[in-house]
Amino acid sequence: MDFRQPLLEKARWRPWEYALWVVAFALPLLVPSHALMINEIAIVALFAMSLDLILGYTGIVSLGHAAFFGFGAYTAALFAKHVMPDPTIGLVVAIALSAALGAVASVTILRGSDLTRLMVTLGTALLLLELANKLDWLTGGADGLQGVVMGPVLGVFDFDLFGRTAAWYSLSVLLLLFLLMRRLVHSPFGATLKAIRDNRLRAMAIGIPVVSRLAVIYTVAAAVAGGAGALLAQTTGFASLDVLAFDRSADVVLMLVIGGVGWLYGGIAGAIVFKLLQDTLSTVTPQYWMFWIGLILVLLVLVGRDRLLKPWTWFGARKAVKP
Amino acid sequence: MLTILFDGIAYGMLLFVLAVGLAVTLGLMNFINLAHGAFAMAGGYLTVFAMQKLGVPFLLCLPLAFLVVGAAGALLERTLYRPMYGKSHLDQVLFSIGLAFMAVAAVDYFVGSSQQNIHLPEWLRGRTELGDGALLLGMGHYRIFIIAVCTLLTVVLQLILSKTRFGSRLRAAVDDPRVAAGLGINVNVVFLLTFAVGSGLAGLGGALGAEILGLDPTFPLKYMIYFLIVVSVGGTSSITGPLLAALLLGIADVAGKYFIPKMGAFTVYLLMILILMWRPQGLFTRKGGK
Repeated sequence: MDFRQPLLEKARWRPWEYALWVVAFALPLLVPSHALMINEIAIVALFAMSLDLILGYTGIVSLGHAAFFGFGAYTAALFAKHVMPDPTIGLVVAIALSAALGAVASVTILRGSDLTRLMVTLGTALLLLELANKLDWLTGGADGLQGVVMGPVLGVFDFDLFGRTAAWYSLSVLLLLFLLMRRLVHSPFGATLKAIRDNRLRAMAIGIPVVSRLAVIYTVAAAVAGGAGALLAQTTGFASLDVLAFDRSADVVLMLVIGGVGWLYGGIAGAIVFKLLQDTLSTVTPQYWMFWIGLILVLLVLVGRDRLLKPWTWFGARKAVKP
Repeated sequence: MLTILFDGIAYGMLLFVLAVGLAVTLGLMNFINLAHGAFAMAGGYLTVFAMQKLGVPFLLCLPLAFLVVGAAGALLERTLYRPMYGKSHLDQVLFSIGLAFMAVAAVDYFVGSSQQNIHLPEWLRGRTELGDGALLLGMGHYRIFIIAVCTLLTVVLQLILSKTRFGSRLRAAVDDPRVAAGLGINVNVVFLLTFAVGSGLAGLGGALGAEILGLDPTFPLKYMIYFLIVVSVGGTSSITGPLLAALLLGIADVAGKYFIPKMGAFTVYLLMILILMWRPQGLFTRKGGK
């Protein structure tokens, strides 16, 4: 009779989730010297979560998610430079335009195999990179877009040099969008996405409108990624070509995979681990950070990435999965 | 006009030799190998070193690059790649991109990030011109050499594929690995050999192309997209598909850079996206293929 109980149970907020967010918001106060780092982690966590929507929940392998991140970043920077410096309005505009771009780009991912999707997502990102590079009268080309001055957040809080305002601003946006995404993936809509991921043909057979679902989730993911990009541009006051670069798309996939796909907190966990690793490793060997990242990727896949977060499976023979 | 066409064909042939191994890997084992460019880079660096340090003549370097890189490919296939075949595409992408990253950083560490040059022998440096005006055809001797070598390779590959026993085994395995295995074909060995030859060809292509494409540690990432375009647009069911796609890409790229330099690689990417939206399985695939 009460079949909804266990389903609702799954979506309920756990105590540790409240604790996590309280700690996150307290961190800029506790370790003020690392506020910039916290800001960065919040931004990439948001970016990784947006990718999780399409990769983890819907099963679309994308190597070009930086397209939307970079588009959001450039939009926010240009908006602040030419229209008005208010960050909140700039953020909303960037999200709206990224969503529009995502809606257009979603046409490209509806058909074909994994390889085709990989190619068109990669192609979209490279297309935008090439555009940003060539339209140098607008974007500053390879020098980056400089001279972006942001106004105070909500007209009250100025961005300070130590990044505390920035950290809280990014954390607030992260929390807000996280709540929306959490609601989305636990809704019946989210359940249909997982059905599409697990078996597209069967999902179609039970009457799920696969094409429109894919288009909608791709648009949402693009919007959130655009928001993350906008946060980066606004809090650093700078946008350069590397927001669109291939490395960024690859990094975000890695982050998500470290944290675990199909789980929104995976994005956050991955972002924290990735940024800390990057920070440590690049102080040791600044130039060869790429080698370590490659090694981590290879080992991660060889060991099996679902085992990373389950230390009790690391040793001993792999048991057969129960049918 | 004709010069552009000629350069485009040379460039396309080069891309074909570089990417054909990838097409077979993808078609046979359904494995997305983003580290393919690393083999090409290995071939390029091998040639540079053999020529500069050991004084090996250029012509001898080409088969050397093929053999050494092919052997390395076989070794990697046996040790690292084989466990990956059954995994999901996401895993394969992560794995091979990790390999590519490692190759880039390792070359950077051992050799340095500067651009490497190959000193071509005297007889390959000149340039012949035919006709005049709009029909002027300027042919760099090195490009003639590339076209000749690549044409020869293509013909040989096509003959092996269509005439030999190994070729028919390979085609059977590409069409349906399970049924082929059921018929007593050792698919693993077929694949090991094919992978070795494919990476060897990439090494040869890297050695040939170092002069035209440039050679620095970021090579695998820079040209990854081009190899993938060739494979995804050309389809993986034959080698004529990738060949045509490579020629198309080569001519489009050279012509695009010549006529509308402002757009750069923009035209190529746009074309690829449009083609893939129109024919998601590639331009030159047979109907009813995978």
